[in-house]
Amino acid sequence: MKAQDTAQKWASAVSTVTIGATKDEGGTRGRTVTVGGAGGLPWLAYEGDLGQRPAIAIEVWDAGAESWPEELKKQYGEVLSDPVAWAKKAEEFGADLVCLRLMGTHPDMGDRSADEAAGVVKAVLAGTQAPLIVWGCGVEEKDNEVLPKCSEVARGENCLMGTITEKNYRTLVAACLADGHTLVAESPLDINIAKQVNILAHDAGYPLEKLVIFPQTASLGYGSEYVHSILERGRLAGLGGDPLLRQPVLCDVGAEAWRAKEAQASEEVLPGFGPAEARGPLWETLTATNLLQAGTDIFVMRHPKAVGLLRESIDRLTSAAAAGKA
Amino acid sequence: MYVIGERINGMFRDVRKAIRKQDKAIIQDLARRQMEAGAWALDLNVGPASAEEVKVLLWLVETVREVTSAPLAIDNPKWKVQSEVVPKVPGEKIINSCKADEDALDQFVPLAVENEAYLVGLTIDQAGVPAAAEKRVELGATIAAKAMEKGLPTDRLFIDPIILPVNVSPATPGSVLAAMQQLTILADPPPHLLLGLSNVSQGCNERELINRTYLVMAMAAGMDSAIMDPLDTALMNTAITTEMLQQKAIYCDSFLDAYRMRAKAAT
Repeated sequence: MKAQDTAQKWASAVSTVTIGATKDEGGTRGRTVTVGGAGGLPWLAYEGDLGQRPAIAIEVWDAGAESWPEELKKQYGEVLSDPVAWAKKAEEFGADLVCLRLMGTHPDMGDRSADEAAGVVKAVLAGTQAPLIVWGCGVEEKDNEVLPKCSEVARGENCLMGTITEKNYRTLVAACLADGHTLVAESPLDINIAKQVNILAHDAGYPLEKLVIFPQTASLGYGSEYVHSILERGRLAGLGGDPLLRQPVLCDVGAEAWRAKEAQASEEVLPGFGPAEARGPLWETLTATNLLQAGTDIFVMRHPKAVGLLRESIDRLTSAAAAGKA
Repeated sequence: MYVIGERINGMFRDVRKAIRKQDKAIIQDLARRQMEAGAWALDLNVGPASAEEVKVLLWLVETVREVTSAPLAIDNPKWKVQSEVVPKVPGEKIINSCKADEDALDQFVPLAVENEAYLVGLTIDQAGVPAAAEKRVELGATIAAKAMEKGLPTDRLFIDPIILPVNVSPATPGSVLAAMQQLTILADPPPHLLLGLSNVSQGCNERELINRTYLVMAMAAGMDSAIMDPLDTALMNTAITTEMLQQKAIYCDSFLDAYRMRAKAAT
């Protein structure tokens, strides 16, 4: 009995975004990373083009990582206090991108200045080949001081700058337009607001094709399936022709997964949960692989073991999809 | 909602003047404004402006094509006119329209297939406009069957169950709604369901209110396309809002702007 052909015809495709610029393109990156482009639902190669391979970014902090869980700190050791060394280590661990999070600029975590932050951005760019994501501390007023300065020193490198929100977007939009960067549009697990942020950016002059959607992220056990459903609804709308929901998606997996007590706590605290050194990375991995099935295009990760397992999953899905198409 | 802008029709004074004076600017302005308002396609109708229907339609096509690549609906009931004009229309085109009798369909469906055009089929036959919903459905089924038989994909077919003015034909609005509910299940994928919306209020008072109200009723009954006035902002906003409530578009605070942006992106 022949199985029913369930492939759907779609009006549109996920847009593609390129991060980084090589020497010929006005930057200094060794390579660029392009994400997005799927022509059908995630991993259904028989329905449409799979698009670009999902990319993995490893998270690097400019300061403040002393607070990280032991299991994570063990992986990085001394580099945790040296963002350039840390970024190089991320490249060694196989990161496609480095995600530099400027937590040191947070008012409660060092309150470093815009100039200091820009200095770190410059140093990381000088010390690495990978395309760069630059992410603020999340405090609006501070980010509005810090990120434009970082954007300026990184002009020409086509970084992915984060983030704009519904309430705070004009400053970073202006900086990214002036300095030629791509932009992360953030919404609080709300697809209506995701659409609204994109339309606000567009109305402020920023091209829809250079946006990456960040719907926020939730860990395994803490709502990752809700994130999955948002990605699904967004992808369906984007493929159906909605120009405001066809952008590639970024998920902040490392930060969310490692917030969970299940990822961090020792076996004494959680008896029966198995050893922490296995549990943490797996918690991060499974948060990622769920969102991989939902069509995530960029993963921001922390543990090298999770990065390796995620990469293996991407390899397996890619070859299975190719085989299924044959 | 596939909105087909109705304004470029010789029955409107400005269009009649433009046709007689060969004034491109007026036509192009109407084309541009209808597209900006969110139209998907533009209807071109000579109306009473000229007896030289083929010549004027070709002039309208050429004029409008200078400003948009949107699908163009060639609005004329005559085979002689459609068969001459349609092959000469560059880009996407809609044959508007043909009746549901066998002979007409045997000519018009192949014309649509050969020219990769959309076709509007009216549920009218030799006996005239049907009174009952059942007859409208029967004629719609005839059109759909002929399309499938002759290789016109149903997603290129519009079925128009003919709305009449509510003052002269009070039972028709209800009958059309009942017919549309049944026509949506005719095929998979279903044919598009279209109305010439303004007809429902022809000769009535409160025309815009009647059009706007019937639009919602018809969309709820399965209408997915209409020949209507996109420059009637309240009417367009009502169509956009209905579509959002039907979850054909995801809500966002600027959902009205989002629709028009989408329409612009598609041009």
